[in-house]
Amino acid sequence: MLDDFLTRAVLAGLGLVAATGALGSFVVWRRMAYFGDSTAHAAILGVALSFVLSLPIYLGTWAVAVAMALIVAHLTGRGQSMDTVLGVLAHSALALGLVGVSFVPSLRVGLDAFLFGDILAVTRTDLAWIWAGAGAVLGLLVWRWQRLVTASVNEELAMAAGIDPARERLILSLALALVVAIAIRIVGALLISAMLIVPAAAARGFSATPEGMAGSATVIGAISVLGGLAASLWLDTPAGPSIVTISAIIYVVTLMICRR
Amino acid sequence: MTTLIRATDLSVSHAGADLPVLSHVDFQIRPGEIVTVVGPNGSGKSTLVRALLGHVTLSTGRVERLPGLRIGYVPQRVHIERAMPMTVRRFLSLPRRIGDARAAAALERTGVPGLERRQITALSGGQFQRVLLARALLSDPQLLVLDEPTQGLDQPGIVAFYKLIEEVRAETGAAVLMVSHDLLVVMRASDRVICLNGHICCEGTPQAVSAAPAYRAMFGADAQGTLALYQHHHDHDHDHDHVADGRPDGPACALSH
Repeated sequence: MLDDFLTRAVLAGLGLVAATGALGSFVVWRRMAYFGDSTAHAAILGVALSFVLSLPIYLGTWAVAVAMALIVAHLTGRGQSMDTVLGVLAHSALALGLVGVSFVPSLRVGLDAFLFGDILAVTRTDLAWIWAGAGAVLGLLVWRWQRLVTASVNEELAMAAGIDPARERLILSLALALVVAIAIRIVGALLISAMLIVPAAAARGFSATPEGMAGSATVIGAISVLGGLAASLWLDTPAGPSIVTISAIIYVVTLMICRR
Repeated sequence: MTTLIRATDLSVSHAGADLPVLSHVDFQIRPGEIVTVVGPNGSGKSTLVRALLGHVTLSTGRVERLPGLRIGYVPQRVHIERAMPMTVRRFLSLPRRIGDARAAAALERTGVPGLERRQITALSGGQFQRVLLARALLSDPQLLVLDEPTQGLDQPGIVAFYKLIEEVRAETGAAVLMVSHDLLVVMRASDRVICLNGHICCEGTPQAVSAAPAYRAMFGADAQGTLALYQHHHDHDHDHDHVADGRPDGPACALSH
């Protein structure tokens, strides 16, 4: 069954969505959209490093994304503005990554695959990485759900309940790094944050609770994957961008139906 | 007599600031007491509360809390992102999940029954403060800590809220520590008032504090109003059994800052 490239693409997309529904909701609640974007841009450096060091690209991108999360946490902890730190790091890492890529001749041609993803080319090995990563993210979020939600509602309330908001923030950053690593083959560095934000934003309109929003975002993400792959097949459009386009259409529709 | 929280020689400095926010503050609160902290903006009221709760690093002194002390906390200016859907019922289950019956009872107790299915962001300011109080009561607290709980409420709302606090205290026996700007109303509801401006300027019973020169220097005309109101209130309240055990002659705050 896994011999079919389309089956693998569907499974890869659904694996990613299993993690992005809940994590994307946190990104929306905590206004981490720019953080997600920056981490994703930095991942290009991870791709270059992986090729230079002959590592699986998942390890390279994950390592760079984690380093990015830790550096951001450290610098903002020292009173630097989040916006500035992210701007500096994201674009420096992207520039460095593109410079690095120029030293890897085989990558110069194939860089598109990492900027825009190539879900139709995922292998069985990719699938294993994607599902393991998504499972880890989902497990982490479920395990710490109450703390993460409380810390996202109000940090003072969380502290009074013995929750360390800085730790929960770091956990979300690490989860985000993992998602970036698994998503880069699917939708690419430029569209990763779209997969996080657009389904969650669409789910907001008709959700009453955090859990409801995370669940709806997952379902919307899954519909987008299936719809995007179908569109890609029939209309011969690029798969990653088609998935995001379907998400965006669902967002617009919910915006018109649910006027909240 | 047991003490719920005792702070000794408490000082707090913020990174990069020249002057400490709080210097050498001694504080204690006993079971069942209503203590109010008043003071101008930037006088360190919220910092004192956060230090007592253990949320900030101390530069001197220490805070001892009764082992296992259950605290119900209502922070200042709780803002819930509109991006986050949150019903009142779900909010009450943070961070510990509770049963429907307890949630309903808590809302009933704070005068906002039946709000369970409403979105938090759709509540009025007064309803939201009562929901916050309901949530704080769920841990069956020995001490309620309220940081400017009436911000954004109108005058009748403020009076009603303090009345509710007194009822809750009478019913549960919980001590209450409040930070407030509402001099006139809050002082009547308090057993003890602490007048803060980086250090403790004066403290004692409401009538002792409202007569203290340090307090009057700090609040000017408002203080006159409090004094008048307090005395009026006092004249007509014959079961009043406060003992004026305050220290009305603290250092003059207005001069030292």
